[in-house]
Amino acid sequence: MPFPTDCKYTKEHEWIKADGNNASVGITNHAQESLGDIVFVDLPKPGIEITSGKTFGSVESVKAVSDLYAPVSGMVTEVNGELATAPEKINKDAHSAWMIKITLKDPTQLNSLLSAADYEKFVAEEGGK
Amino acid sequence: MGAKMVEFNGWKMPVEYPSAGGIVAEHNAVRTGVGIFDVSHMGDIRLAGPEALAAVQHISMNDASRLAIGQAQYSALLYPEGTFVDDVVVHRLGEGEYLLVINAGTREKDFSWVTDHTRQFNCAVENLSDDFTQIAIQGPKAANVLQKLTDADLSAVKFYWVTRGTVCGLKNTLIARTGYTGEDGFEIYVPSDEATSARVWSEILEAGKEFGVVPCGLGARNTLRLEAKLPLYGHEISDTINVWEAGLGRFCKMEKPDFIGRASLEKARAQGIRRGLVGLEMTDRGIARDGYKVLDADGRDVGYVTSGSPAPFLKKNIALAYVPTELAALGTELKVEIRGQGVKAQVVPTPFYKKPKKT
Repeated sequence: MPFPTDCKYTKEHEWIKADGNNASVGITNHAQESLGDIVFVDLPKPGIEITSGKTFGSVESVKAVSDLYAPVSGMVTEVNGELATAPEKINKDAHSAWMIKITLKDPTQLNSLLSAADYEKFVAEEGGK
Repeated sequence: MGAKMVEFNGWKMPVEYPSAGGIVAEHNAVRTGVGIFDVSHMGDIRLAGPEALAAVQHISMNDASRLAIGQAQYSALLYPEGTFVDDVVVHRLGEGEYLLVINAGTREKDFSWVTDHTRQFNCAVENLSDDFTQIAIQGPKAANVLQKLTDADLSAVKFYWVTRGTVCGLKNTLIARTGYTGEDGFEIYVPSDEATSARVWSEILEAGKEFGVVPCGLGARNTLRLEAKLPLYGHEISDTINVWEAGLGRFCKMEKPDFIGRASLEKARAQGIRRGLVGLEMTDRGIARDGYKVLDADGRDVGYVTSGSPAPFLKKNIALAYVPTELAALGTELKVEIRGQGVKAQVVPTPFYKKPKKT
């Protein structure tokens, strides 16, 4: 499955979709596939500052806990509350199941992230190891 | 097969089969239908000879003299300290012939231990681990599936008994009504060459189609055994945990002739047991995981989680943990430290899951 081209990606398998100074963040379809059945998400509250490259929450499948890494710095403005009771939505459609919305601290940080094509290549290389 | 593989004690093992729907679907198939597991990593030690019973009695805590031919029992090999070398299932296959089924991670250690501590007995000890592939067929419909593939009358085999029969054309195959899932089911022992085990595996899948059989990985095996409170070596039992602490006293027969570990257990019992294994259910949002700290209501560090996971069938977040005995009473409010936060949990009855009685 191709990754949406209107998003940027991290090597930790988050996607970020920016619109001006605002962006939504989630995990990729590849991430949900490797995690398996997602049963729990732990997300920050609105108003919390997140920092590029630092963890901002976690996602748990039946067998494991994985940290979520902030693709860029910013402030959380909204949290997808639906995921608290229905985390399986991430398995069903990872690219529409956004986790948090943020206002960007520095939109130029987006330039250092992977494009859909680069991310796809990265995933393919990682899988080939 | 499309399995997601992981390294487990040096074995490449299937952790889940995404094509089967993943861990939750695999787990629930075993609770309500049937699933099959490739558990060829398990080890097998055969003791045979005129003094095989005496040897088994010496190295294991349950009373093997109570076994009829064809019967099996849960037991453990103990260190002189009363702690665990491993837990085992002892099968009595014949007059003076016993088969010990042991864990993957402890195979070499177990075999050396059994060999070293049975030298004084007139019996041969053989490591058959590489000779057999063990396949587990588990769930309320396990008997329906396996019966299609064997001439042995499975209805005559009770839980924790074994029989022999032709399975998938393989004569004299050992069939045990045992498992590690908390369900009815069977474990069969077939020759370990790849062609044979692959053929048997696909024949079971084929025969099980009408019953909705699902291939299951280590992930589901772990959640199933946790719901049923079946111990896992290195978690609930280890070389630093004794039989009483682990709550396995009912499988330890102090009245049988002397065995390794008995003296220490006698002493430990007289001194009083200071910690015990309890079942926890998370009452606040959060999942306890292996190794997480257990806190008392005031936030003091009092114990640790040995196994923790979401329970796919019960749809709760459960854990097994060691806590001081004064905090082990049912209903006790505790906390589990999850990423720096004390998340509420309660001591609940175990096993978390018990298979329904047959009507």
